[in-house]
Amino acid sequence: MKRVLAISLVLCLVGVLAAGCTPASQTSGNVIKIGVYEPSSGDNGAGGKQEVLGMEFANTVVNTVEIGGKTYKLELEIVDNESSNDKGPSAAAALVSAKCSVVLGSYGSGVSIAASDVFKNAGIPVIGASCTNPQVTLGNTHYFRVCYLDPFQGTVLANFAVDNFQAKTAYILTKLGDDYSAGLGNYFKEAFVKLGGSVVEETFQEGNSDFTAYLTTAINSGADVIFAPTSTEAASLIIGQAVSQGVKIPLMAGDTWDSSVILDAAKGSDLEVFVSTFFDEGDNTALGSEFVKNFKKWLNDNPDKKNNNGGNDIVAAVSALGYDAYMTAVEAIKKAGSADPKAINEALWDVKLTGVTGDIAFDEVGDAIRNVAYIKQANTTDASWIFVAIQGVE
Amino acid sequence: MDMKKLIKTAGPIALLFLLLFVLEKTLPTTSMLFVVLKKGAIYALVAVSMNLLNGFTGLFSLGQAGFMLIGAYTYGILTIPLEAREAVYQYFDGGIVSFTVPVLVAIAAAGLVTAVFAYLIGLPVLRLKSDYLAIATLGFAEIIRAVFQWDKLGPVTNGSNLLKRFPVFTSTLFPFAVAGVCIAVIVLLINSSYGRAFKAIRDDEIAAEAMGINLAKHKQMSFTISSFFAGIGGALLAMYQTTVQAAAFRATMTYEILLIVVIGGIGSVTGSCLASFLFIACSEWWLRFLDEVTYIGAFQVPLLSSGFRKVVFSVIVMIIVLFYSRGIMGTKEFSLDALFRFFKKRFGKTKKEDVAG
Amino acid sequence: MGFLETNLPYIMAGVSVGGQYALIAIGYTMVYGILRLINFAHGDIFMAAGFMMVYLSASLPLYLSIPLVIILTVLLGFLIERSAYAPLRKAPRMSIMISAIGVSYLIQNCAWYITSGLAKQYPAIPWISESVTVFSSTTKMVTVITPVLTFMLVAALVLLIKHTKFGMAMRAVSKDFETSQLMGIKINSVISTTFIIGSFLAAVGSLLFFSNYMTVTPTAGSMPGLKAFVAAVFGGIGSIPGAVLGAFIIGICENIIKGLGLTTFSDAFTFALLIIILIAKPTGLFGEKSTDKV
Repeated sequence: MKRVLAISLVLCLVGVLAAGCTPASQTSGNVIKIGVYEPSSGDNGAGGKQEVLGMEFANTVVNTVEIGGKTYKLELEIVDNESSNDKGPSAAAALVSAKCSVVLGSYGSGVSIAASDVFKNAGIPVIGASCTNPQVTLGNTHYFRVCYLDPFQGTVLANFAVDNFQAKTAYILTKLGDDYSAGLGNYFKEAFVKLGGSVVEETFQEGNSDFTAYLTTAINSGADVIFAPTSTEAASLIIGQAVSQGVKIPLMAGDTWDSSVILDAAKGSDLEVFVSTFFDEGDNTALGSEFVKNFKKWLNDNPDKKNNNGGNDIVAAVSALGYDAYMTAVEAIKKAGSADPKAINEALWDVKLTGVTGDIAFDEVGDAIRNVAYIKQANTTDASWIFVAIQGVE
Repeated sequence: MDMKKLIKTAGPIALLFLLLFVLEKTLPTTSMLFVVLKKGAIYALVAVSMNLLNGFTGLFSLGQAGFMLIGAYTYGILTIPLEAREAVYQYFDGGIVSFTVPVLVAIAAAGLVTAVFAYLIGLPVLRLKSDYLAIATLGFAEIIRAVFQWDKLGPVTNGSNLLKRFPVFTSTLFPFAVAGVCIAVIVLLINSSYGRAFKAIRDDEIAAEAMGINLAKHKQMSFTISSFFAGIGGALLAMYQTTVQAAAFRATMTYEILLIVVIGGIGSVTGSCLASFLFIACSEWWLRFLDEVTYIGAFQVPLLSSGFRKVVFSVIVMIIVLFYSRGIMGTKEFSLDALFRFFKKRFGKTKKEDVAG
Repeated sequence: MGFLETNLPYIMAGVSVGGQYALIAIGYTMVYGILRLINFAHGDIFMAAGFMMVYLSASLPLYLSIPLVIILTVLLGFLIERSAYAPLRKAPRMSIMISAIGVSYLIQNCAWYITSGLAKQYPAIPWISESVTVFSSTTKMVTVITPVLTFMLVAALVLLIKHTKFGMAMRAVSKDFETSQLMGIKINSVISTTFIIGSFLAAVGSLLFFSNYMTVTPTAGSMPGLKAFVAAVFGGIGSIPGAVLGAFIIGICENIIKGLGLTTFSDAFTFALLIIILIAKPTGLFGEKSTDKV
């Protein structure tokens, strides 16, 4: 009897759910779907949410597109890839089955690489906003990106370390199994060694929460800078423990650390934290300052959005990139004059626009051509960013 | 008689494949259905292999994720095309493996390599019993995960970085065929004299030993065979995901497979298969709407937001574990005959009630 | 001095983390001693206590939120036992263990849902979150307090078990479940109390652990949980001093391994230790000799 009950329970569930949710995802006449493949949970959840905010905001600015005299509504289809390389492909498949014309994302290079083939097989072009690992776009024709790459970023940071701190030794801490972290660490090392420095490298595992031993090793190694390109989750642990251990060595990291999580963690300490990033809130181009103004207003008008931004209205660089990725997609749809993914993919190669993070045009690999990075320092008294320098590679 | 039996088993299977083929030709390839079917078939194989150990031999092992990892890596390492190696092993100068083997050979190799590892692990571990065995195998899975991420082994395993660009399947028929063959082999094994020995060990070790069954040998055999198929499952999973990374094979993966086995019924092969399709469909597809903020008119349905799917899902799992601990099938097997009888009984009953009423 | 200066931080971190593992490990070892159940959900109770603190301290002052966290954690442990383990008391041991895995899955997913899977900043508790300098290396006060507090709690617990009527009942139940039932011991209340004590110590452990590391995530409990379990096995499951010693050994070894630069293996080491002890001396360091365990 129990088994009968169990079976009927399961069958009921199956029936209800199958009936309840299969249809929904048909593209109705005048809608073009833009998929958002981003983490809203897991290691990169905080950053992913901020990137999505940029896209959602962009969607409020431009939500229609005109093709052949007909007005199409642009809709965002958002999935959570859980910052996880094994959950990512399924989330990507959900976007594919929702018939998205073009996909944006993801924050985190690993998940982007992991889902790349799913989109490739479905013939859907993807525009990465902040995935900086070269492997994302290399060797395929459907993945594009609007930000700079890790070899560039690593070199910029190595230059900065040598120029500003006269660093001879760097301690590099990366996360095992994270393409972004390992990649950026590696490019930093190459550039730093080329500049005549020496490095001490260590890795930590997923789920590790005790960084005291690593920091002790860093101090013992006599490092002049600590370079830790990690997710914000690990970053807040590293910073917290660096503060309590009284670490005096400057900490440096890449774009992921450009987040209010870092500011909160470093607040009230005398730690020096430097990051390289794509965009600065104090940007004084007309486009940039208008974006900052309107985006802040939008955040303050929508409490739940503000909450996703970490409860403040500091504009993260990834939000700006998310905005630009969305605008790039819109431009490509216009240029293609159709909602067909293949046509959009073709059109993307020739898209040129001026985004809030600078001019965007793609090279033959599908990467935006970029040559500057912003260096910022965390102001530990009032939890804000201090603009330090615009750094390029000479 | 045998002929009839053969038709009865082969018939539905042939029908199933025909149905899949037709579905692939008619439905758009982007449908979530295919995602569920592919992943479901792979999980079915792994769940059945775990059931062989937990349900039929009574060895409570939690090492499945580790064995899948070995399988997935073996497959990846052996099949990444030579021209892609430079890009994949970017930090290790292209790696040291400089040959590739055909896909099916690599899948078989994935199983074999896993089985060898399992044999070696089994030597010390199988002397332990019940929960000690569980925790020791779980520990081994974690050790395997750490070893595969070690950068000194990077030229082979690519350290902690992704393995990718290896050949993958696009048709749903492929995982069904491979998993189907493997499950059929497991079923044959269970129904052989070895299978009866396994069940005897499960029911009473002392009695089994008294009957002349060599405990150590049979346990080792069951453990190795189960891992062989878990390794093949891992290889298929690698093909499904298109990338492999050691970090993904966490204990959570083993728990999920264990829960599938429990939902399906410990000791039922068809139960495990059914449960894995249900499990994957629920977690990947049907319950996804719970994750989205939904409005009915102007009313925002409460509670629905990212992650709610998992809560509902784990509540369902808990209900099954607590109140239907025998799972969907118990120790019975699903068959058309039984289904037919079941409905006849139900139908017969209602008829009788009608008469009475 | 040079040697001390270089290596003291590792050892201090090890001792502190060991103390925190010890507090969790006691919960494992007591539950296993009585029910022969690996309570996989124990690590998640520890994690849940961390989140309760994050949310409660946001609206309540610390002198209210800390006791409230402890009470709620104890309640959670009690409810889990009543709802997920008590109904299966007559079922095979494997079913209870599966139920424990299910509970762990449920708690993690609930935490994931409530926090959207994001890490939360743990509140700074005055005094114990402050920095102190011990022999020229700077660390948090909590690092120094943990071992002291752990030993005090363990001593109290040992006294409780040795010298009270309830402790006697507990020892009787862990010796022989059925006989003690026949002798009139209220077995359910003994089991509930065991879970209450275990959860209480996990809550204290979580206060110390997260004050040290400052960030709580939905999966924060699983690794410390597993390691604490290994510590319990290492020390001889069922033995409280054994669990404490095991926890300190694991905590210190883990940090020394990190200090040696073999960071990839710091988790794997714990499990290797487990397998070695299970094979070489299955009863652990202080375990009672019993033939039916392994």
